[in-house]
Amino acid sequence: MRRNAGSSAAAGIARKRKKNHTKLRLIIFGILVLALLFTAVFAEHICPYDPNRQDLANALQAPSLAHPFGTDRYGRDMLSRVIAGSQTSIFSALALVAIISVGGTVIGVSCGYFGGIPDTVVMRISDICLAFPGLVFAMAIAAVLNGGVRNAVLALAVVSWPKYSRIARSQTLAVRQAEYISAARLAGDSPFQVIFRHILPNILGPVLVTAMLDIGTMMMEIAGLSFLGLGAQPPTAEWGSMMSGGRSMLQTYPWVVLTPGLAIFVSVALFNLLGDTVRDSMDSGNA
Amino acid sequence: MEPLLEVRNLTKIFQKKGQTELAAVDHLNFCLYPKETLGIVGESGSGKSTVAKAVTRLIDVTEGEIFLKGENITFLKGRELRRICRSYQMVFQSPAGSFDPRKTLGDGIGESLKNAGVPRKERIKRVEELLDQCGLPAEYARRYPREVSGGQCQRAAIARALAIGPELLICDEATSALDVTVQKQVMELLAKLRKEKGMAILFICHDLALVQQFCDRILVMKEGKLIESGTPDEVIRHPKEEYTKRLIDAVL
Repeated sequence: MRRNAGSSAAAGIARKRKKNHTKLRLIIFGILVLALLFTAVFAEHICPYDPNRQDLANALQAPSLAHPFGTDRYGRDMLSRVIAGSQTSIFSALALVAIISVGGTVIGVSCGYFGGIPDTVVMRISDICLAFPGLVFAMAIAAVLNGGVRNAVLALAVVSWPKYSRIARSQTLAVRQAEYISAARLAGDSPFQVIFRHILPNILGPVLVTAMLDIGTMMMEIAGLSFLGLGAQPPTAEWGSMMSGGRSMLQTYPWVVLTPGLAIFVSVALFNLLGDTVRDSMDSGNA
Repeated sequence: MEPLLEVRNLTKIFQKKGQTELAAVDHLNFCLYPKETLGIVGESGSGKSTVAKAVTRLIDVTEGEIFLKGENITFLKGRELRRICRSYQMVFQSPAGSFDPRKTLGDGIGESLKNAGVPRKERIKRVEELLDQCGLPAEYARRYPREVSGGQCQRAAIARALAIGPELLICDEATSALDVTVQKQVMELLAKLRKEKGMAILFICHDLALVQQFCDRILVMKEGKLIESGTPDEVIRHPKEEYTKRLIDAVL
């Protein structure tokens, strides 16, 4: 008996410690991601040099005090270009996730709530989208639309919404059975009022966590499309296309490829870690 | 006297792919008169709750018609259906499950008033009055469903059902999830409100003892069919059907 009480108290302390740990991680990663966003927002003011100014006399300089990340083959300062590129890379990823999470959720909730033939049709379309390898399908669409960051985002949006509509639909199907939905209908709520007042607030958690975890993935995919020349077009600074531009110099002037690569690595890792932490804190919050 | 609620040939068939059809309610006929309390009893799966859902139009019926105050409400949709919803309200089985976990009890109780266009200030006042009538302090309007007990939540659910001033209250196993003492309190509350408001009540329950005390008339359902009806004394003291006898024996 006493031992039981002791072990449950110990478990309680361990849980509390874990919760505090999660909170700490949330604060740390939150601050780091905010710093990243700050850099992206004020990129133009932070850049030490004009990211597009060419200086052929100083081309392909190794990292030094004047150019901490070195210069590329046109003598542009790599640090400035990496900072300027953060704007394109991060904001396009955020915009993409915003589009697909909102759009996919709206589609999924409507399908789940109203059901019927439209539900079947939309879900089969999403099955088709899920059956294709996403990036390959996006490449095809991006190629048809011609390059540009906006078209790359559009192409990825077309292939990535089904994940959200699936989640939102299954959550809606579960919530729809609840008695409070019946009560809301009896209170005279129209279907849209039921959805906005009762269903959306109750399914938002899982959608939000998926969206957080997706920011990093989408950043990679946009960079991937740009690397293939289907996203950002030169001279726009974008991490994927910067890596692509320098890939022939990987062995001779590695910093041209490695610095934007590092930027992708760090920011994707940060967004994923933050997403994981948000999920953990939501799990412990529900328990 | 014209019935408040009349159900004719009500049939609801559930059909799933690859399974046989199941008639949850099978050609059911009954009337409910104003200010009357009608009990529906039967074992689990006898179709009682399906009747409640069909009568409140939460599900569509397969066959048959439902008349409320002489108006055929079986096929009403959208705005018309929301208008007729003001004449009847329902108290659900699970106390906590019938309130949105992300909204306060006050939001839930005031929702029908909000939809009826009652301004915010008046709504808050009305919600407090309703809580008071149901024996809850006014501050419960700001509480969340998880912060109150089952009995308190069920009182709030009754307050919500009363908000719009319905003529018919449907209680679908409203006291089944509560323990015996709380159950008694909720029944007393319902009896008090029935007297004050002059509502008709459709009381769905599997507890024969409760039904006997509370109802004017009883219907006994088995496998979706009506097998016996009458006053509580007739049905419980002198059951005609073997099934009813077994139900009564099960309680005693």
